[in-house]
Amino acid sequence: MLMARSEGVIGCETCGLAQRAEPKSAHMVCTRCGATMHFRKPDSISRTWALLIASYVLIIPANLMPVMATGSLFGTEKDTIFGGVVYLWTSDSEVLAIILFCASIIIPFAKLFSLSFLLITVQRGSTWNPRLRARLYRMVEAIGRWSMIDVYVATMLTALVQFGNLMNIRAGAGAIAFATVVVLTIFAAKSFDPRLIWDAVDRSESNHSTSEELHV
Amino acid sequence: MDSKELLVCDQCDLLLRETALEPGGKAFCARCGNVLYRCQPDGLRLSLIFSLTAAVLFLISNSFPIVTIDSQGLTNSTTLLDAAERLVHDGIPSIAALVFATTFLMPALEIMAMIYLLLPLHFQRMPPGFSVAFRLIHFVKPWAMIEVFMLGLLVTISKLSALASVVPNIALGAFVLLMFSVTAAAANFDRRGYWKRVADIRQLQEQVC
Repeated sequence: MLMARSEGVIGCETCGLAQRAEPKSAHMVCTRCGATMHFRKPDSISRTWALLIASYVLIIPANLMPVMATGSLFGTEKDTIFGGVVYLWTSDSEVLAIILFCASIIIPFAKLFSLSFLLITVQRGSTWNPRLRARLYRMVEAIGRWSMIDVYVATMLTALVQFGNLMNIRAGAGAIAFATVVVLTIFAAKSFDPRLIWDAVDRSESNHSTSEELHV
Repeated sequence: MDSKELLVCDQCDLLLRETALEPGGKAFCARCGNVLYRCQPDGLRLSLIFSLTAAVLFLISNSFPIVTIDSQGLTNSTTLLDAAERLVHDGIPSIAALVFATTFLMPALEIMAMIYLLLPLHFQRMPPGFSVAFRLIHFVKPWAMIEVFMLGLLVTISKLSALASVVPNIALGAFVLLMFSVTAAAANFDRRGYWKRVADIRQLQEQVC
Protein backbone atom coordinates (compact mmCIF):
# COMPACT_ATOMS: atom_id res chain seq x y z
CA MET A 1 0.00 0.00 0.00
CA LEU A 2 1.46 3.32 -1.06
CA MET A 3 0.41 6.63 0.39
CA ALA A 4 0.25 9.43 -2.15
CA ARG A 5 1.82 11.96 0.22
CA SER A 6 4.90 9.87 0.97
CA GLU A 7 5.39 9.39 -2.78
CA GLY A 8 5.17 13.14 -3.40
CA VAL A 9 1.92 12.80 -5.30
CA ILE A 10 -1.22 14.79 -4.60
CA GLY A 11 -4.71 14.22 -5.94
CA CYS A 12 -6.79 17.30 -6.73
CA GLU A 13 -10.03 17.03 -4.77
CA THR A 14 -11.90 19.11 -7.32
CA CYS A 15 -11.02 17.51 -10.66
CA GLY A 16 -9.30 14.31 -9.49
CA LEU A 17 -5.97 14.73 -11.26
CA ALA A 18 -3.01 13.04 -9.58
CA GLN A 19 0.11 15.18 -9.87
CA ARG A 20 3.60 15.60 -8.40
CA ALA A 21 4.05 18.10 -5.61
CA GLU A 22 6.72 19.07 -3.07
CA PRO A 23 5.71 17.50 0.24
CA LYS A 24 6.46 20.69 2.17
CA SER A 25 5.01 23.35 -0.11
CA ALA A 26 2.29 25.43 1.51
CA HIS A 27 0.27 26.80 -1.38
CA MET A 28 -0.44 24.42 -4.23
CA VAL A 29 -2.63 24.93 -7.26
CA CYS A 30 -3.91 22.15 -9.47
CA THR A 31 -2.21 22.20 -12.88
CA ARG A 32 -5.41 21.22 -14.63
CA CYS A 33 -8.37 22.96 -12.98
CA GLY A 34 -6.62 25.64 -10.90
CA ALA A 35 -8.15 24.65 -7.55
CA THR A 36 -6.17 25.09 -4.34
CA MET A 37 -4.84 21.75 -3.09
CA HIS A 38 -3.65 20.48 0.27
CA PHE A 39 -1.99 17.23 1.26
CA ARG A 40 -4.14 17.45 4.39
CA LYS A 41 -6.82 20.00 5.12
CA PRO A 42 -5.17 22.87 7.07
CA ASP A 43 -5.68 22.82 10.87
CA SER A 44 -8.32 20.16 10.38
CA ILE A 45 -8.56 19.00 13.99
CA SER A 46 -8.72 22.39 15.72
CA ARG A 47 -11.11 23.86 13.14
CA THR A 48 -13.46 20.89 13.40
CA TRP A 49 -13.38 21.06 17.21
CA ALA A 50 -14.16 24.77 17.17
CA LEU A 51 -17.18 24.28 14.93
CA LEU A 52 -18.31 21.26 16.94
CA ILE A 53 -18.14 23.04 20.29
CA ALA A 54 -20.17 25.94 18.88
CA SER A 55 -22.74 23.41 17.66
CA TYR A 56 -22.87 21.67 21.06
CA VAL A 57 -23.69 25.01 22.65
CA LEU A 58 -26.33 26.00 20.09
CA ILE A 59 -28.08 22.65 19.94
CA ILE A 60 -29.46 23.32 23.44
CA PRO A 61 -31.50 26.45 22.52
CA ALA A 62 -32.30 24.81 19.17
CA ASN A 63 -34.19 22.09 20.99
CA LEU A 64 -35.56 24.05 23.93
CA MET A 65 -36.67 27.30 22.33
CA PRO A 66 -39.75 27.46 20.09
CA VAL A 67 -39.13 27.16 16.36
CA MET A 68 -42.63 28.29 15.54
CA ALA A 69 -45.29 30.47 17.15
CA THR A 70 -48.86 29.99 15.99
CA GLY A 71 -51.02 32.97 16.80
CA SER A 72 -54.82 32.84 16.64
CA LEU A 73 -57.84 34.46 18.26
CA PHE A 74 -57.32 32.15 21.22
CA GLY A 75 -53.79 33.25 21.94
CA THR A 76 -50.33 32.16 20.89
CA GLU A 77 -49.07 28.60 20.88
CA LYS A 78 -45.36 27.93 20.76
CA ASP A 79 -43.85 24.78 19.32
CA THR A 80 -40.38 23.37 19.79
CA ILE A 81 -38.85 20.95 17.27
CA PHE A 82 -40.02 18.00 19.31
CA GLY A 83 -43.48 19.55 19.62
CA GLY A 84 -43.68 19.66 15.82
CA VAL A 85 -42.85 15.96 15.62
CA VAL A 86 -45.47 15.09 18.24
CA TYR A 87 -48.04 17.20 16.39
CA LEU A 88 -47.43 15.27 13.17
CA TRP A 89 -47.61 11.94 15.02
CA THR A 90 -50.93 12.77 16.65
CA SER A 91 -52.42 14.07 13.39
CA ASP A 92 -52.00 10.63 11.80
CA SER A 93 -48.91 11.25 9.67
CA GLU A 94 -46.70 8.74 11.47
CA VAL A 95 -44.33 8.24 8.53
CA LEU A 96 -43.62 11.96 8.23
CA ALA A 97 -43.30 12.22 12.01
CA ILE A 98 -40.60 9.54 11.96
CA ILE A 99 -38.80 11.23 9.04
CA LEU A 100 -38.91 14.59 10.81
CA PHE A 101 -37.77 13.05 14.09
CA CYS A 102 -34.77 11.46 12.36
CA ALA A 103 -33.91 14.59 10.36
CA SER A 104 -34.30 17.19 13.10
CA ILE A 105 -33.33 15.40 16.28
CA ILE A 106 -31.42 12.18 15.62
CA ILE A 107 -29.23 13.39 12.72
CA PRO A 108 -27.88 16.58 14.39
CA PHE A 109 -26.98 14.72 17.60
CA ALA A 110 -25.60 11.71 15.72
CA LYS A 111 -23.44 14.06 13.66
CA LEU A 112 -22.05 15.80 16.74
CA PHE A 113 -21.25 12.54 18.52
CA SER A 114 -19.80 10.85 15.41
CA LEU A 115 -17.52 13.77 14.59
CA SER A 116 -16.37 14.00 18.23
CA PHE A 117 -15.66 10.28 18.21
CA LEU A 118 -13.70 10.58 14.95
CA LEU A 119 -11.68 13.53 16.28
CA ILE A 120 -10.86 11.83 19.56
CA THR A 121 -9.75 8.57 17.88
CA VAL A 122 -7.61 10.53 15.39
CA GLN A 123 -6.01 12.57 18.16
CA ARG A 124 -5.20 9.44 20.14
CA GLY A 125 -3.67 7.86 17.04
CA SER A 126 -6.10 4.96 17.23
CA THR A 127 -5.80 2.13 14.73
CA TRP A 128 -9.18 0.62 15.60
CA ASN A 129 -11.23 -0.39 12.55
CA PRO A 130 -10.28 2.47 10.21
CA ARG A 131 -12.56 1.21 7.43
CA LEU A 132 -15.59 1.49 9.69
CA ARG A 133 -14.60 4.98 10.82
CA ALA A 134 -14.04 6.04 7.21
CA ARG A 135 -17.53 4.82 6.38
CA LEU A 136 -18.95 6.63 9.41
CA TYR A 137 -17.38 9.86 8.14
CA ARG A 138 -18.84 9.43 4.67
CA MET A 139 -22.27 8.85 6.21
CA VAL A 140 -21.99 11.97 8.39
CA GLU A 141 -21.07 13.98 5.31
CA ALA A 142 -23.96 12.60 3.27
CA ILE A 143 -26.84 12.85 5.75
CA GLY A 144 -26.14 16.31 7.19
CA ARG A 145 -28.17 18.19 4.57
CA TRP A 146 -31.39 16.39 5.51
CA SER A 147 -31.57 18.28 8.80
CA MET A 148 -32.61 21.33 6.80
CA ILE A 149 -36.17 19.95 6.50
CA ASP A 150 -37.34 21.77 9.62
CA VAL A 151 -35.94 25.08 8.41
CA TYR A 152 -37.93 24.75 5.19
CA VAL A 153 -41.08 23.75 7.05
CA ALA A 154 -40.82 26.82 9.29
CA THR A 155 -40.23 29.03 6.23
CA MET A 156 -43.15 27.72 4.20
CA LEU A 157 -45.55 27.75 7.16
CA THR A 158 -44.59 31.33 7.97
CA ALA A 159 -45.13 32.37 4.37
CA LEU A 160 -48.46 30.59 3.93
CA VAL A 161 -50.29 31.00 7.22
CA GLN A 162 -50.76 34.77 7.21
CA PHE A 163 -54.38 35.50 8.02
CA GLY A 164 -53.83 38.50 10.25
CA ASN A 165 -55.36 38.14 13.69
CA LEU A 166 -57.33 35.03 12.76
CA MET A 167 -54.26 32.91 12.43
CA ASN A 168 -50.61 33.52 11.69
CA ILE A 169 -47.42 31.58 12.09
CA ARG A 170 -44.04 33.14 12.80
CA ALA A 171 -40.67 31.45 12.95
CA GLY A 172 -39.17 31.64 16.44
CA ALA A 173 -35.69 32.10 17.86
CA GLY A 174 -35.21 28.33 18.07
CA ALA A 175 -35.32 28.19 14.29
CA ILE A 176 -32.29 30.49 14.04
CA ALA A 177 -30.32 28.38 16.55
CA PHE A 178 -31.34 25.21 14.75
CA ALA A 179 -30.39 26.50 11.29
CA THR A 180 -27.04 27.63 12.69
CA VAL A 181 -26.40 24.16 14.13
CA VAL A 182 -27.14 22.57 10.75
CA VAL A 183 -24.82 24.94 8.89
CA LEU A 184 -22.04 24.67 11.49
CA THR A 185 -22.11 20.86 11.47
CA ILE A 186 -21.97 20.83 7.67
CA PHE A 187 -18.86 23.03 7.88
CA ALA A 188 -17.46 20.81 10.66
CA ALA A 189 -17.89 17.69 8.51
CA LYS A 190 -16.17 19.50 5.63
CA SER A 191 -13.22 20.64 7.71
CA PHE A 192 -12.51 17.16 9.09
CA ASP A 193 -9.93 15.32 7.02
CA PRO A 194 -10.65 11.55 6.76
CA ARG A 195 -7.07 10.92 5.62
CA LEU A 196 -5.98 11.57 9.21
CA ILE A 197 -7.68 8.28 10.16
CA TRP A 198 -5.36 6.44 7.80
CA ASP A 199 -2.25 8.43 8.75
CA ALA A 200 -2.41 6.91 12.23
CA VAL A 201 -2.75 3.44 10.73
CA ASP A 202 0.26 4.01 8.47
CA ARG A 203 2.35 5.35 11.31
CA SER A 204 1.74 2.28 13.43
CA GLU A 205 2.39 0.01 10.46
CA SER A 206 5.75 1.59 9.76
CA ASN A 207 6.61 1.38 13.47
CA HIS A 208 6.10 -2.36 13.24
CA SER A 209 8.99 -2.36 10.74
CA THR A 210 6.99 -3.53 7.79
CA SER A 211 8.51 -0.72 5.80
CA GLU A 212 10.41 -3.19 3.60
CA GLU A 213 7.17 -4.34 2.09
CA LEU A 214 6.30 -0.81 1.16
CA HIS A 215 9.21 -0.59 -1.30
CA VAL A 216 7.47 -2.24 -4.19
CA MET B 1 3.83 10.75 -18.41
CA ASP B 2 2.91 7.80 -16.27
CA SER B 3 1.39 9.86 -13.46
CA LYS B 4 -1.68 10.28 -15.70
CA GLU B 5 -2.72 6.72 -15.01
CA LEU B 6 -2.28 7.25 -11.30
CA LEU B 7 -5.16 7.98 -9.04
CA VAL B 8 -5.35 9.19 -5.46
CA CYS B 9 -8.23 8.24 -3.18
CA ASP B 10 -9.37 11.59 -1.75
CA GLN B 11 -10.67 9.89 1.40
CA CYS B 12 -7.61 7.90 2.49
CA ASP B 13 -4.74 9.15 0.27
CA LEU B 14 -4.03 5.71 -1.19
CA LEU B 15 -2.13 5.73 -4.47
CA LEU B 16 -3.87 3.55 -7.03
CA ARG B 17 -3.73 2.69 -10.68
CA GLU B 18 -6.68 3.27 -12.94
CA THR B 19 -8.42 0.17 -14.23
CA ALA B 20 -10.85 -0.17 -17.10
CA LEU B 21 -14.48 -0.62 -16.13
CA GLU B 22 -17.44 -1.94 -18.01
CA PRO B 23 -20.19 0.65 -18.67
CA GLY B 24 -22.12 1.48 -15.51
CA GLY B 25 -19.40 -0.01 -13.31
CA LYS B 26 -17.91 1.63 -10.24
CA ALA B 27 -14.34 1.61 -8.97
CA PHE B 28 -13.94 1.38 -5.21
CA CYS B 29 -10.88 2.23 -3.16
CA ALA B 30 -9.21 -1.01 -2.07
CA ARG B 31 -8.51 0.32 1.40
CA CYS B 32 -11.36 2.55 2.57
CA GLY B 33 -14.20 1.47 0.26
CA ASN B 34 -14.79 4.96 -1.14
CA VAL B 35 -16.26 5.20 -4.66
CA LEU B 36 -13.39 6.48 -6.81
CA TYR B 37 -15.06 6.85 -10.18
CA ARG B 38 -17.76 5.37 -12.37
CA CYS B 39 -17.80 4.40 -15.98
CA GLN B 40 -20.40 6.64 -17.60
CA PRO B 41 -19.84 6.47 -21.36
CA ASP B 42 -22.93 8.57 -22.05
CA GLY B 43 -22.73 10.62 -18.86
CA LEU B 44 -21.86 14.05 -20.26
CA ARG B 45 -24.59 13.95 -22.91
CA LEU B 46 -27.22 12.84 -20.38
CA SER B 47 -26.01 15.47 -17.94
CA LEU B 48 -26.45 18.17 -20.58
CA ILE B 49 -29.97 17.01 -21.43
CA PHE B 50 -30.99 16.90 -17.78
CA SER B 51 -29.46 20.29 -16.98
CA LEU B 52 -31.29 21.92 -19.89
CA THR B 53 -34.52 20.34 -18.64
CA ALA B 54 -33.70 21.51 -15.12
CA ALA B 55 -33.17 25.08 -16.34
CA VAL B 56 -36.66 25.21 -17.85
CA LEU B 57 -38.24 23.59 -14.79
CA PHE B 58 -36.33 25.96 -12.53
CA LEU B 59 -37.91 28.96 -14.24
CA ILE B 60 -41.39 27.44 -14.01
CA SER B 61 -41.05 26.42 -10.36
CA ASN B 62 -39.99 29.88 -9.30
CA SER B 63 -42.45 31.92 -11.37
CA PHE B 64 -45.62 30.32 -10.05
CA PRO B 65 -47.00 29.75 -6.56
CA ILE B 66 -46.23 26.37 -5.01
CA VAL B 67 -49.43 25.82 -3.02
CA THR B 68 -52.55 27.80 -2.17
CA ILE B 69 -54.21 27.38 1.19
CA ASP B 70 -57.84 28.10 1.81
CA SER B 71 -59.22 28.52 5.30
CA GLN B 72 -62.84 29.64 5.69
CA GLY B 73 -62.75 31.76 2.58
CA LEU B 74 -59.34 33.26 3.25
CA THR B 75 -56.76 32.21 0.71
CA ASN B 76 -53.03 32.65 0.54
CA SER B 77 -50.38 31.35 -1.82
CA THR B 78 -46.65 31.74 -2.05
CA THR B 79 -43.74 31.24 -4.39
CA LEU B 80 -40.35 30.25 -3.05
CA LEU B 81 -38.96 33.77 -3.33
CA ASP B 82 -42.05 35.26 -1.67
CA ALA B 83 -41.49 32.90 1.25
CA ALA B 84 -37.92 34.11 1.68
CA GLU B 85 -39.04 37.72 1.43
CA ARG B 86 -41.74 37.10 4.03
CA LEU B 87 -39.05 35.94 6.49
CA VAL B 88 -37.08 39.13 5.89
CA HIS B 89 -40.18 41.13 6.81
CA ASP B 90 -40.65 38.95 9.88
CA GLY B 91 -37.24 40.01 11.12
CA ILE B 92 -35.25 36.82 10.54
CA PRO B 93 -33.18 37.63 7.45
CA SER B 94 -30.56 35.01 8.41
CA ILE B 95 -32.93 32.13 7.74
CA ALA B 96 -34.29 33.89 4.67
CA ALA B 97 -30.75 34.09 3.31
CA LEU B 98 -30.10 30.42 4.08
CA VAL B 99 -33.31 29.32 2.36
CA PHE B 100 -32.65 31.60 -0.60
CA ALA B 101 -29.10 30.28 -0.97
CA THR B 102 -29.84 26.57 -0.66
CA THR B 103 -33.02 26.36 -2.74
CA PHE B 104 -32.55 29.17 -5.28
CA LEU B 105 -29.07 30.60 -5.68
CA MET B 106 -26.92 27.46 -5.38
CA PRO B 107 -29.14 25.23 -7.57
CA ALA B 108 -29.31 28.03 -10.16
CA LEU B 109 -25.53 28.37 -10.19
CA GLU B 110 -25.10 24.61 -10.42
CA ILE B 111 -27.47 24.28 -13.39
CA MET B 112 -26.01 27.31 -15.18
CA ALA B 113 -22.42 26.16 -14.67
CA MET B 114 -23.21 22.69 -16.00
CA ILE B 115 -24.86 24.10 -19.11
CA TYR B 116 -22.00 26.57 -19.55
CA LEU B 117 -19.51 23.69 -19.56
CA LEU B 118 -21.45 21.01 -21.39
CA LEU B 119 -23.24 22.88 -24.17
CA PRO B 120 -20.05 24.23 -25.82
CA LEU B 121 -18.38 20.86 -25.19
CA HIS B 122 -21.09 19.24 -27.26
CA PHE B 123 -19.84 21.36 -30.18
CA GLN B 124 -16.19 20.55 -29.41
CA ARG B 125 -15.47 23.90 -27.79
CA MET B 126 -14.41 25.20 -24.41
CA PRO B 127 -15.91 28.45 -23.11
CA PRO B 128 -13.65 31.09 -21.52
CA GLY B 129 -13.03 30.43 -17.84
CA PHE B 130 -14.30 26.85 -18.00
CA SER B 131 -12.03 25.75 -15.16
CA VAL B 132 -13.61 28.42 -12.94
CA ALA B 133 -17.06 27.06 -13.82
CA PHE B 134 -15.84 23.55 -13.05
CA ARG B 135 -14.60 24.61 -9.61
CA LEU B 136 -17.87 26.47 -9.05
CA ILE B 137 -19.84 23.24 -9.53
CA HIS B 138 -17.66 21.49 -6.98
CA PHE B 139 -18.13 24.34 -4.49
CA VAL B 140 -21.87 24.79 -4.99
CA LYS B 141 -23.00 21.17 -5.08
CA PRO B 142 -23.15 20.42 -1.32
CA TRP B 143 -25.28 23.55 -0.78
CA ALA B 144 -27.94 22.90 -3.40
CA MET B 145 -30.70 21.19 -1.44
CA ILE B 146 -33.77 20.99 -3.65
CA GLU B 147 -34.49 17.38 -2.65
CA VAL B 148 -34.46 18.31 1.04
CA PHE B 149 -36.75 21.25 0.30
CA MET B 150 -39.22 18.86 -1.38
CA LEU B 151 -39.42 16.72 1.75
CA GLY B 152 -39.90 19.91 3.77
CA LEU B 153 -42.79 20.86 1.47
CA LEU B 154 -44.37 17.46 2.02
CA VAL B 155 -44.22 17.94 5.80
CA THR B 156 -45.57 21.49 5.42
CA ILE B 157 -48.53 20.34 3.36
CA SER B 158 -49.45 17.57 5.78
CA LYS B 159 -49.20 19.99 8.71
CA LEU B 160 -51.38 22.51 6.92
CA SER B 161 -54.04 20.05 5.84
CA ALA B 162 -55.23 19.98 9.44
CA LEU B 163 -55.73 23.78 9.47
CA ALA B 164 -56.93 24.53 5.97
CA SER B 165 -57.54 22.98 2.58
CA VAL B 166 -54.36 22.85 0.57
CA VAL B 167 -54.48 23.20 -3.22
CA PRO B 168 -51.26 22.24 -5.02
CA ASN B 169 -50.28 24.69 -7.77
CA ILE B 170 -48.30 24.25 -10.96
CA ALA B 171 -44.95 25.00 -9.32
CA LEU B 172 -45.29 22.04 -6.94
CA GLY B 173 -45.28 19.59 -9.86
CA ALA B 174 -42.48 21.53 -11.52
CA PHE B 175 -40.43 21.33 -8.30
CA VAL B 176 -40.84 17.55 -8.11
CA LEU B 177 -39.62 17.19 -11.72
CA LEU B 178 -36.85 19.72 -11.06
CA MET B 179 -35.64 17.63 -8.13
CA PHE B 180 -35.32 14.56 -10.36
CA SER B 181 -33.65 16.37 -13.26
CA VAL B 182 -31.12 18.20 -11.07
CA THR B 183 -30.22 14.96 -9.31
CA ALA B 184 -29.89 13.14 -12.65
CA ALA B 185 -27.81 15.96 -14.15
CA ALA B 186 -25.42 15.97 -11.19
CA ALA B 187 -25.17 12.17 -11.04
CA ASN B 188 -24.34 11.92 -14.74
CA PHE B 189 -21.79 14.75 -14.67
CA ASP B 190 -18.70 12.63 -15.21
CA ARG B 191 -15.76 14.81 -14.14
CA ARG B 192 -13.12 12.35 -15.37
CA GLY B 193 -14.87 12.07 -18.71
CA TYR B 194 -15.11 15.85 -18.89
CA TRP B 195 -11.38 16.41 -18.52
CA LYS B 196 -10.63 13.59 -20.97
CA ARG B 197 -12.81 15.33 -23.56
CA VAL B 198 -11.08 18.64 -22.84
CA ALA B 199 -7.69 16.99 -23.37
CA ASP B 200 -8.88 15.41 -26.64
CA ILE B 201 -10.20 18.72 -27.96
CA ARG B 202 -6.96 20.50 -27.05
CA GLN B 203 -4.92 17.86 -28.86
CA LEU B 204 -7.09 18.25 -31.93
CA GLN B 205 -6.70 22.02 -31.88
CA GLU B 206 -2.93 21.68 -31.65
CA GLN B 207 -2.88 19.38 -34.65
CA VAL B 208 -4.90 21.88 -36.68
CA CYS B 209 -2.60 24.77 -35.84
